[in-house]
Amino acid sequence: MTKPILQVENVKKYFPITGGILGKKIGDMKAVDGVSFHVNEGETLGIVGESGCGKSTTGRMLLRLIEPTEGTILFDNRDLRALPKKEMRKVRRHIQMIFQDPYASLNPRHTVEKILEEPLIVHGIGNEAERKKKVSDMLEVVGLTSYHARRYPHQFSGGQRQRIGIARALMTNPKLIIADEPVSALDVSIQSQVLNLLKDLQKEFQLTYIFIAHDLGVVRHISDRVGVMYKGRMVELADAEKIYQNPLHPYTQQLLAAVPIPDPEYYQADEQAAIQFGTLPSKYVIDDSWMNIDSERDDLIEVAPGHFVACRLK
Amino acid sequence: MSGESVLEVKNLRTSFFTDDGEVAAVDDIDFYINKGEILGVVGESGCGKSVTSLSIMGLVPSPPGKIVGGEILYKGEDLTKASEKRMRQIRGNDITMIFQEPMTSLNPLFTIGNQIMETIRLHNKWNKQQVKERAIEILQMVGLPRAEELLNEYPHQLSGGMRQRVMIAMAMVCNPQLLIADEPTTALDVTIQAQILKLMKKLNHDYQTAIMMITHDLGVVAEVCQRVVVMYAGKVVEEGDIATIYKSPKHPYTVGLIKSVPDMRKKVDRLYSIPGNVPKPGSIKEGCRFAARCEHAFDRCFTETPELYQTGEGQKVRCFLYEQQGGVSK
Repeated sequence: MTKPILQVENVKKYFPITGGILGKKIGDMKAVDGVSFHVNEGETLGIVGESGCGKSTTGRMLLRLIEPTEGTILFDNRDLRALPKKEMRKVRRHIQMIFQDPYASLNPRHTVEKILEEPLIVHGIGNEAERKKKVSDMLEVVGLTSYHARRYPHQFSGGQRQRIGIARALMTNPKLIIADEPVSALDVSIQSQVLNLLKDLQKEFQLTYIFIAHDLGVVRHISDRVGVMYKGRMVELADAEKIYQNPLHPYTQQLLAAVPIPDPEYYQADEQAAIQFGTLPSKYVIDDSWMNIDSERDDLIEVAPGHFVACRLK
Repeated sequence: MSGESVLEVKNLRTSFFTDDGEVAAVDDIDFYINKGEILGVVGESGCGKSVTSLSIMGLVPSPPGKIVGGEILYKGEDLTKASEKRMRQIRGNDITMIFQEPMTSLNPLFTIGNQIMETIRLHNKWNKQQVKERAIEILQMVGLPRAEELLNEYPHQLSGGMRQRVMIAMAMVCNPQLLIADEPTTALDVTIQAQILKLMKKLNHDYQTAIMMITHDLGVVAEVCQRVVVMYAGKVVEEGDIATIYKSPKHPYTVGLIKSVPDMRKKVDRLYSIPGNVPKPGSIKEGCRFAARCEHAFDRCFTETPELYQTGEGQKVRCFLYEQQGGVSK
């Protein structure tokens, strides 16, 4: 069960910064700067971080939708970066992606049937009758009905569209699914429906997830292990329980402290203190002095079994 | 309660007139905001929370939108009947608003200073030097460094968090009585969100400015608000102080909403989820708006609209389940 399905080593993506009238390269924008991790079969790895930390770029590089500048990506012991384009396309059958925006990621001119059938046609799976059968089966699996197959994306709500996006990702029976902010565009009551669906599907189809998100509550709920990214690097990687109960990196600690907790009692104690001393609650104070030392290059060090931290302090 | 309230909304109805007929985005809502308090308005997309705030500001796009009934009382003055000239005096001076997108609510062609000083000049008869001093003072107040240089910078030179601080500065520059914040931190990262929420609490504390905080994030409400109004499909379904609402929510929608938010502090195997979809505005004409998704619904819920029933100290619920417990609030 603990066999790694994906191993990522020291992956980098530098985007060129151009300048001058000739558009010469004058520097590098280090979107992802040496990220390593592995994902075991059947588990969910959550990747959290704030905007611009490189989490989406990392997700896309795994599929080579963005070509990495450096590093190795081993999927089922095959080096994806060494594969020619044609071979890579075949591998994508086993690695699928779910996108954030269910409004932008479905072609508005295609019916749901056509959207779901397309991956099968691309990968040459089944004849027409089999494909149609699979489409209606898959719609049932994600909680829609075959009656929806002839409709267009605009006829669905956000939550239903995301279900279609999930169905499309599942069409080719993939092993690994990369979900990039799959619930952040959805309303709270719909978000939990989709999260539960993703969990059910994981059990049913033995899926492995890489779940990229900025919402720490959602990530804890769905993930077995969590990696925290900051400025293109992974600063902490451990079991979800360890990250949330015993965060070691100062950035992880601050990130967790900044999340609003949906429980007024949590804030009451602070509130009392504030009234007494006439100052503001301590939870609102964020120390970001360490953030300025980003020139520091620290590699992930295993400080406890399975708990990796990149920080000289620890 | 009306003695110290800065704003009272009574039976407000705002409709949009489309080709398919009248769509009531806000349908007969009542609530009030006390002086110096932070009121949370929670709801999902299309529940009418933004239309409510635009109605208060007199900014509902017309046509197709129109306030078709009710009163909005600001210190006893009905804003729905106020002239455009009077509204212009109130906006930016007495009641101000900040929006979700700090990128789009600042004009990219003018400097920060220009935009802040415009607001000051509109509402005060000060000389240039006084206006500039006030602008610098307000930028420092919202925690922006090098305020003097910032006056000459353009919005694109600032980060999202800084832009939101500038927006708050512009909103606070005339010491308003009420600040309406429509999803002020939704577009921001959590660490920046924490800073902005902290700033808003501080301003509320220091200047006694009442804040109406519109959000979909129950965590934000728990962190900053004192009272909360829960909206669903154009109606207020529950209202009360946050300790009561979070501890013993009464309306099935509020109960479901609170249960469906994953709490970072504990791991649950399966999240509660409300079945069905968020209804489109105006799609449900009669009965309780939530009936179709409610596990407690009975026949009456589909034909009759429940009133807001008082269930306890300061808590009101729009649900037949609580009819016996309290009697009608109005």
